[in-house]
Amino acid sequence: MTWRERGERVFGLVAKEFRQVFRDPRMARVVFVSPMIQLMIFGYAVTTDIRNTATFVVDLDGTQASRELVEQLTASGHFAVTARSSRPADLVRALDHGDAIVGVEIPRGFQRDLDAGRPTEVQLLFDGTNANTAAVAQGYAARIVQDFAGGHSAPGVVTAGAPPLELRTRAWYNPNLESRDYNVPGVVGALIMLVCLLLTSLAIVREREIGTLEQLRVSPLSAGELIAGKTLPFAIIGMFDLALVTTVAVAWFGIPLRGSLLLLAGASLLYVLSGLAMGLFVSTVSATQQEAFMTTFLIFMPALLLSGFMFPVSSMPEVFQTLTLLNPVRHYIEVVRAVFLKGAGVPTLWPQLLWLAGLGSVLLTAATLRFRRELA
Amino acid sequence: MTGGADHAVSEAAVVARGLSRAFGDFLAVDDVSFSVHRGEIFGFLGPNGAGKTTTIRMLTGLIEPTAGEGRVAGLDIRRERRAIKRTIGYMSQLFSLYGDLTVAENIRFFSRLYGVPRARRGERADWVVEMAGLTAQLDRRTETLPLGFKQRLALGCAVLHEPPILFLDEPTSGVDPGARRRFWDLIYALSEQGTTVFVTTHYMEEAEYCHRLALMNRGRLVALDTPSRLRAQLAQPVLEVVVDDPPRACEALHDTPGVVEAALFGRTLHVMVDDARAGTEAVRARLAAAGHTVHRLREVEPSLEDVFVARVRATGGAVVG
Repeated sequence: MTWRERGERVFGLVAKEFRQVFRDPRMARVVFVSPMIQLMIFGYAVTTDIRNTATFVVDLDGTQASRELVEQLTASGHFAVTARSSRPADLVRALDHGDAIVGVEIPRGFQRDLDAGRPTEVQLLFDGTNANTAAVAQGYAARIVQDFAGGHSAPGVVTAGAPPLELRTRAWYNPNLESRDYNVPGVVGALIMLVCLLLTSLAIVREREIGTLEQLRVSPLSAGELIAGKTLPFAIIGMFDLALVTTVAVAWFGIPLRGSLLLLAGASLLYVLSGLAMGLFVSTVSATQQEAFMTTFLIFMPALLLSGFMFPVSSMPEVFQTLTLLNPVRHYIEVVRAVFLKGAGVPTLWPQLLWLAGLGSVLLTAATLRFRRELA
Repeated sequence: MTGGADHAVSEAAVVARGLSRAFGDFLAVDDVSFSVHRGEIFGFLGPNGAGKTTTIRMLTGLIEPTAGEGRVAGLDIRRERRAIKRTIGYMSQLFSLYGDLTVAENIRFFSRLYGVPRARRGERADWVVEMAGLTAQLDRRTETLPLGFKQRLALGCAVLHEPPILFLDEPTSGVDPGARRRFWDLIYALSEQGTTVFVTTHYMEEAEYCHRLALMNRGRLVALDTPSRLRAQLAQPVLEVVVDDPPRACEALHDTPGVVEAALFGRTLHVMVDDARAGTEAVRARLAAAGHTVHRLREVEPSLEDVFVARVRATGGAVVG
């Protein structure tokens, strides 16, 4: 048997697969429409930025300085003062009732201390029931308060070593803490996985369902050729979606692509291997397309949740942090974000790339062996 | 049943010797031996679950036998599966066609799959289209075709690469007798060109079309010969009885002395008797006693179904399915 014949068979299968994908409106939706929907959702709707957070102000100082601080908080657009009071107890009640999410308490003698260059404090209270909002609001508020303090440390009155207000956080790479810059590159990771997993598994299971897989098994097509013919089209579609999402992210959302496009493409290829492998695996355990669909999501959801796409890996319990090392989505999203936002290169990203290559080849080998055994 | 097979091994297109396949405790195919001559239309007849499909799956390399051996086109069914797959054509009751592809696209795909040389593709495609009667419908999606057309197209796709041996697993399920006949015209045409056809069926009328017939029941081969000789071998005469209520009449005939077997045959009864004259009298008397009016009672040529029932009885067992 010549390589030419082998190539001919695989090509025939790939050509047929493409024709079927583009003829099936459901498949076309997965390939073209779902990336766009995800981009729009993560670009516009799902934002961890906070705007006009209900803020309760207790100004016990009532001076120009205290008024200025409140003004700066609201001028940022992140906070909107919904009520004021001079009694701290009102603030507590407002937080209890959910009337306010942030409480600001400025102590008596605030301006006096500032002017004298003495350390002073502003109390910020957050409704922590929504940890995300609280954390983000905290970050913003801290920065504003720090900026305010900087503006007030008149050179002549600073006492040695004692900053007038305490500095807490500072966001690098994404100084405006734009969650869009952070989320949109992550969409690439979620999307490629979904496309590879779902399309590969459905393409094989559909043939099993209608009985054509049996016909292929009686044909000269080898298991390896069948796998190649059934995965190549979806690798290509995955890479196409990468290009699509990257273009929209840069051109429409103005997300900076600081690193190398080539590195991004290379890492994506390694990542695609894992997606195809899992798709192949799903197809060996599913008898019907519906089953394949369910199994896909059974794999996809945990992989996504444990990837750091939405929830940072660093805040997971240690067991899960270790577990995420086996998750290709995690490594890939780290690469994508670092390439986009930090302009990172191979010298810093090699561990992730190594993980992707390792996971990809192990998963693909295991899935192929299993698939072959099933066909034999 | 393997009579004369030994010297013909090199000549035979398909040979099975002691072929068996177990699924757990269940013996789906039990020690089956036969050989199929080149250019022959060899039929495998039996009810559903008789082991026909399992046998065909072993011969085409889809599953391995648990015992016994077989050769297809001289190739070993255990060790030379890949080579067998390049040599044979295969069409199953589950259609091999892609419904969302057009007639032309299906033909193109199978041409590539079976490695039909580029230069021959156009000619082979034209042949298939004409044979299936789909010349005007090249761009029609296969799923919209009537079943009979689909079956002929599937047959065409299975022989695009001009295989010397063609396996057909219940190829005409679900179509009307007219479409079935047209399908068989194609099989005859292929056979005349020298193709060996191995076909399974549970239609008795279809079995008549085969050159030689293997009867299977419960995984065992119960008879193997030409349809006419199988009928001739049936020792007992068969009576056809027309009554108003065949099922009840059939019941009434059980345990009648001289009656071997009574079975429903369409709207009539087929009654196998030891002796034609004595049997006729016995049947008439028993039916009259049971209050049936006999509209017709005569000896007929045994059908393959009669042969089948008799063979199963002779080998000690009931018919499954």
